[in-house]
Amino acid sequence: MNLFLDAIAWLVAPEQYAGADSLPARIGEHLFFTFVSVLVAALIAIPLGYLIGHTGTGRSLAIGLAGAARALPSFGLILLLVLVIGVTQRPLAAFTAFVLLAIPSILAGAYSGLEAIDRRVIDAARAVGMTEWQILWKVEVPLGLPLLVGGIRSAALQVVATVTLAAYIGLGGVGLYIIRGLALREFAPMLGAAIVIVALALAIDGAFAGLQRLLVPRGVAAGRTTIDRARPSRPRTAAVSPAPSVPTITKRENNVHS
Amino acid sequence: MIEFRSVSKQFPDGTVAVHDFSHVLPTGKATVLVGSSGSGKTTLLRMINRMVDPSSGTVAIDDEDVQAVEPVTLRRRIGYVMQNSGLMPHFKVVDNIATVPMLSGVPKKAARDRALELLDTVGLSRELADRYPSQLSGGQQQRVGVARGLAADPNILLMDEPFGAVDPIVRSELQQETLRLQRDLDKTVVFVTHDIDEAFLLGDQVVILEKGARIAQIGTPAEILANPASDFVASFVGADRGKRALSIVETANGRVLIDAEGRAAGVLVDRADAP
Ligand SMILES: Nc1ncnc2c1ncn2[C@@H]1O[C@H](COP(=O)(O)OP(=O)(O)O)[C@@H](O)[C@H]1O
Ligand SMILES: [Mg+2]
Repeated sequence: MNLFLDAIAWLVAPEQYAGADSLPARIGEHLFFTFVSVLVAALIAIPLGYLIGHTGTGRSLAIGLAGAARALPSFGLILLLVLVIGVTQRPLAAFTAFVLLAIPSILAGAYSGLEAIDRRVIDAARAVGMTEWQILWKVEVPLGLPLLVGGIRSAALQVVATVTLAAYIGLGGVGLYIIRGLALREFAPMLGAAIVIVALALAIDGAFAGLQRLLVPRGVAAGRTTIDRARPSRPRTAAVSPAPSVPTITKRENNVHS
Repeated sequence: MIEFRSVSKQFPDGTVAVHDFSHVLPTGKATVLVGSSGSGKTTLLRMINRMVDPSSGTVAIDDEDVQAVEPVTLRRRIGYVMQNSGLMPHFKVVDNIATVPMLSGVPKKAARDRALELLDTVGLSRELADRYPSQLSGGQQQRVGVARGLAADPNILLMDEPFGAVDPIVRSELQQETLRLQRDLDKTVVFVTHDIDEAFLLGDQVVILEKGARIAQIGTPAEILANPASDFVASFVGADRGKRALSIVETANGRVLIDAEGRAAGVLVDRADAP
């Protein structure tokens, strides 16, 4: 029998949806680990990234640390933290590992979002009398939001994949089926769980992609349409559907160029 | 009155942008700082609103040392218009103009109403209020920049090559508008340009600068043209060539002035109110 069909059959089997050990419960755990890890990472990385991006100091240090952290092997990190923090504290160890893995992308998204802003805009904001806080909140944060969300997006993808490993130290999540299947040589649940994780990743990616587009500040997105429309030499297809990152345009066009 | 007293500015990298500059800019007049690129004009201008702090010397507004004023407070009291308009790309035109009053606590509605009036003042249709800067032409953006500079009704307006990036026809339009605004609003204007024609057109007082903001000559346009202080000034203002070097030629029908290319540029007449 086809393994793939077995996996599908496993996925749709009624017993997957009953009891405390059901697939939805596992998915819930999986998403919960992902969400909490990314949230905690964001609470640490965003202020730090904004500090670096706003002041321009500590940038090379941050790039170095983020690069080093990205190179960490996730599984090794989890096991190491279990050893360091203690076997009784496995959830804490796992969460710490996920948070550490999520920080670099979010940090990079936060400060690169600020860094990508035209220096003249920041200079003008200061010259008209905005305080540093006002520059941050009224100018840098809104203009840097799409890149920040991009950073959170890659962090979430990384964590949702890595949370699979949580099952190894007995924390549940969808990875549990994979660990169990491996031990019992039951391949249908393993493949089924893998499909679920891929689907979760795609869903998260899609949701963030949408969010990222929504968060392009209106003036900036509108500007891109103007530029697209101002270039008659561009291929028609390009003019009709500009950059994929700016889909909110069509709504806006009518009232703007009246 | 804006007074520079022995002001110097050396940047951390060692560049001396301004070397021992002293001068008084009279209240209610337009003073134009003109000089080639890198002569220190922008640095001078930005020392007035503390975007740059002098390395030595003082800048005083109405005898108050600007160092004694908190930069944010100072900047909200001084209009600033820059070359690239410096508008917030994510603010609508009306919100760009209303930025400064709103920062200072003016209620949103009042600030926006005032912003709409300012659109009239700078010759823009109120229909543009809800557009974003990227949906305006370069000339329109500059007008919005001027409106923003005027929004808090400052006594002082700093303009740093505001028309440098627009095409010549629009530039000349904007220059005329600036003259009109200056007549109507009676601000102390400090205008920076590298274009001597613009300087002569807009300046009540023109300060010609050499590298390091060293003063080559100060005077009204007429004074400078009639009596360039040095060969540098003469060549900078073009008194020795082109359309400014006019010569008198006798013709059968009277005397005409011709320029360096031999084209008739005008006639000589007597005038009682000559400057
Ligand atoms: N922040 C800075 N750091 C170092 N050098 C600067 C800085 N700003 C300006 N300069 C230098 O100071 C000189 C004068 O600059 P600026 O005042 O901008 O001249 P202008 O406006 O007349 O073109 C130039 O040589 C410029 O390179
Ligand atoms: Mg300059």
